[in-house]
Order: sequence, then C-alpha cells, then structure tokens
Amino acid sequence: MQVTIRSLLTTCFVSSALLGAGAEATAATNPAQKAMEPNPRGQILSLSCASCHGTDGKSVGVIPSFYGKSPEYLETALKDFKSGKRYSTVMGRHAKGYNDEEIHLIAQYFGTVWQNNK
Amino acid sequence: MSHNISRRDFNKLLVTGVAGSALGIFGTIKPAFAAQKRVVVIGGGFGGAAAAKYLKKLDSSISVTLVEPKATFYTCPFSNWVLGGMRTMQDIGHTYTLLKSKYGINVLADSATGIDAAKGTVTLKSGKVLNYDRLIVSPGIDFKWSAIEGYSESVSQTKMPHAYEAGAQTILLHKQLLAMKNGGKVIICPPGNPFRCPPGPYERASLIAHYLKAKKPKSKILILDAKDKFSKQGLFKKGWDTLYPGMIEWRSGPTGGKVTKVDAGSMSVTTDFGVEKGDVINIIPPQQAGKIAFKAGLTDASGWCPVNPSTFESTIHPGIHVIGDACIAGAMPKSGFAASSQGKVAAASIIRLFQGKEPAPPSLVNTCYSLIGTDYGISVAGVYSLSPTGIIEVPGSGGLTPMDADADHLREEAMFAEGWYKNISQDIWG
Repeated sequence: MQVTIRSLLTTCFVSSALLGAGAEATAATNPAQKAMEPNPRGQILSLSCASCHGTDGKSVGVIPSFYGKSPEYLETALKDFKSGKRYSTVMGRHAKGYNDEEIHLIAQYFGTVWQNNK
Repeated sequence: MSHNISRRDFNKLLVTGVAGSALGIFGTIKPAFAAQKRVVVIGGGFGGAAAAKYLKKLDSSISVTLVEPKATFYTCPFSNWVLGGMRTMQDIGHTYTLLKSKYGINVLADSATGIDAAKGTVTLKSGKVLNYDRLIVSPGIDFKWSAIEGYSESVSQTKMPHAYEAGAQTILLHKQLLAMKNGGKVIICPPGNPFRCPPGPYERASLIAHYLKAKKPKSKILILDAKDKFSKQGLFKKGWDTLYPGMIEWRSGPTGGKVTKVDAGSMSVTTDFGVEKGDVINIIPPQQAGKIAFKAGLTDASGWCPVNPSTFESTIHPGIHVIGDACIAGAMPKSGFAASSQGKVAAASIIRLFQGKEPAPPSLVNTCYSLIGTDYGISVAGVYSLSPTGIIEVPGSGGLTPMDADADHLREEAMFAEGWYKNISQDIWG
C-alpha cells in the first residue's frame, strides 16, 4: 500500500495546497480509508480491462475471470503474459502495453477492489 | 495542466476540493454543505452509458442524468452476426433498466436539442432544461448524406441501407439478404477514413458470405471500397480464401472501388470505372460527429470534436467532455470498445476535477474482434497512452492476430469475441 499512499500524496496537490496536508494525512493513517480510495493512476490503468474480463474482473463469459485474485498472483500473471512465458491469443498483446510499475498498479487495483465489494 | 479554468470554475473547484476531501475522510457520508455535483450525459451508447455507470460506480454522490431517446439500444458490434444469421436483434438490444435501478442514474427518454456552454445547460426536445456542472457528449456519428450523388436518408430507409447504426437498418439489410435469390450479387460500399468501426464492413462481408455459402451458394459479394487498404486486410483476405473461395471480391478506390453515385431505381452504383448492378446494395456513407456536437459548436473543420487527450474535455468549450466516435482521439480507432474506454477515463477525470485534484494520466485500450466464420475469429488490440503529440499506441504493444495463427488459435479468438461481447455489454448496461 506504500505506493498507493505516496502517489495519492503527490497527485492530490490541489487539495493539499488548499487545505494543508492535514486531511490527506488523516486519510492515509486510516486503514479503512486506504481500501476505499484506489490509487488514481492504478484505477485509470485498470478500468478498461473490464470490457473483456467483466466489471472488477468478474467475467460472465468464456474470457477468464480474475475477480478475487491476489495482487501477487495478478502481477505474476501479467508479467508472464508480457514475456510470453504464459501462452495467450490476445492477452500478451495487451500486457506488452504496460511497464513493470504499471503492471504493479493494475495488480494492486484488481487485487484489492473486490475486497471493497464485500 | 492544460485545463482552461475560468474564475467561476476555479471557485467551483475550491468548493469541491473541500467537499471531496471531506468525503475522503468520512467515506460515504455526504457533507451537508456540499452542493451535489451534477453531470449530464448525452447519448446512451458504448461511450455515454459507460461514462454514466462508472461515474456512479466510482462516486455515488454525483447526480448523473443520462439522456437517450431509445428505450432499447441495439449495438453495432454483433449486428453483423445478425446479418449472418448467428444472432437475433433481441440478442444485441440493451435497455437502461439496471442503470436506473441498480446505479441510481436518472435516465431520460429524450433527446438533446441544444447546449449552452456558457450557462451550463442542456435543452431537451421535450422543452426541459437540465443544469450541469460537467457535461459528457457521446453522440456517435452522423452521415454525410450528400457525399454520394443519389444517396439520401430516405434511400437508406427503403432501398440501400447503411446498417451502420444498428436497429431498423440492420433489420432492413437482413430482410433484403433473406429475400435475395441464389446467384444474386451483394455490393458493400465502405467509406474513406476516418469512420466508425474500421473492420466492420469486412466482418460484414465475411458473415454475409457465411450465410450465402450455406443458403445461396451461387451468390457473390463485391466490395467497392473508397480506400486503397483496410483494417486487418491480410487476415481478412486469408480468411476469405480459406472459408469462401471465389465468393468475395474487393476493389480498392484507385482500381474502381470509389462509388460516386447511386441509383436506387435501377439498383446500381457508379464508380470511375463504370456502373455495377446489385441485388442488395449496402452503402456506408462518409461520416462526421453526431448532430448535437455540430449544434453545440464542438466540432472543428474536420467535422469531428477536438479534445484534451488527457480528460476528453473539449478544447472549444470547457466543462464539456466529448467521447466516442465523435471525438478526435489520436491513434485510437472509432470503436465501441474505444468509446467505453474513453467514457471511463472521462468519468474518472471528472471525479478528480470535482475533488479539486489533478486527473491521473490516461491509459486507454481497444480490442476489435472480427468474426470471419463460426470458428474463425481475428482481432486487433491496442494500448494507448499520452505523449506530447497526443494519444499514441504504446510502442511494442498491441497488434493483430498472427498471420500464421492455427485453427485452435482462431477458434479461441472466435470464442473470445463472444465472451468480449457478453462482458462489455454487462460492464456498460448491466
């Protein structure tokens, strides 16, 4: 979660400038809040995945679902698709569009978003 | 940031910055002092409906109104499957029931007739006026009816359908195919670039061939193309040679493909090389942004809408975001997938702007599956990011189904095409 918080702090420059860092620090120290506010870059990288894999990764068709998977599982899977270690028809072409940091953010997003739906 | 923030907007940002932070602290509790933010979305297709749903999904405190005249939206994706006899119209129709009941979106069965960007209002056909803090315009395409001599909206509705907006047009073209004699000729006339769904006309030729091969095998398909090349050309041609040898002929613009005139009476089209008669003629006219984009002054000389590639906010009218086929999105094709990806980026950006925060750098995706036969699917994929020159495809990513893909691969892609349709429909309207 380190990445999430650091990124939130750096991207929330407007509200920090207006309010001082107090509000952000409060959010950052509240563990429940961490789960509610996804990393904005991670979110924007991840939202398009739902078009093939279903909302939040919950597929209703033959394309594999990844709802409920851990961030570690997802990060490994994406890296393996990217390298070709794991066979795919389409996924490898997508995975090659993301660098390691972006893959990490996507894995964090989908690896935690389902916990908020509990 | 290149956002053009007026004093009025900046004051708004100050207020929403406070509200956004308060929301951040108290979770879902809505602070009493924050006026509810209002977003109006015009158009309930792949772009608009996705934007409306994701605005609510990501921040339920926002008031979202979706303006869409049709009670049932028929998708262009998979409408070629209807022409091929593999799907019914019912299979490709989606309603707004769940967007209303599950997500609390205010869906108005109405159409926008005017936008006042200075006042922040949308006027509807019913006379109703909606106020917005931010507006999303996702109007799809309009046809340049005068581009081909003899073609008109009324000709499209009676004799030569375009079938490039799904619904009555799809049904008309399908009926004509069913009524055609064995040994008849189908002519498909795709436009020049840019246009909606670049592989669409060629998937259409494939699935019409699928139907004709089974039911009317002496028939032929002639594609008279304004272009000199087309999307997934190598893959389509290989598929046609494999599944429908001798049935589909494609003529490029420079070799007599460009149609300049049609005659509905004699069911013929004219190119630089002469006249061709057809039993079924599908004219896909050149296109431009949907009507409301023109009315609102959101278009430039190209007939499409220039936008900030980070947030899809109009570079002409701040506060209005244009997504989908109507906007100019750099390297992205005009597709339902692209529209939905843009809708999500616009929604996430608007939420950040309401919170007084900088929108995250965008990441966009497109995948276009095309079916050539029941077990023969191909695709083009793309991942897009922002560069100083606009939206570009991430180097080394994406691309086409390999030319040497084996039968198992092609079968899996055909299955994935179906899986994709189920998930994107569910993700947008479900």
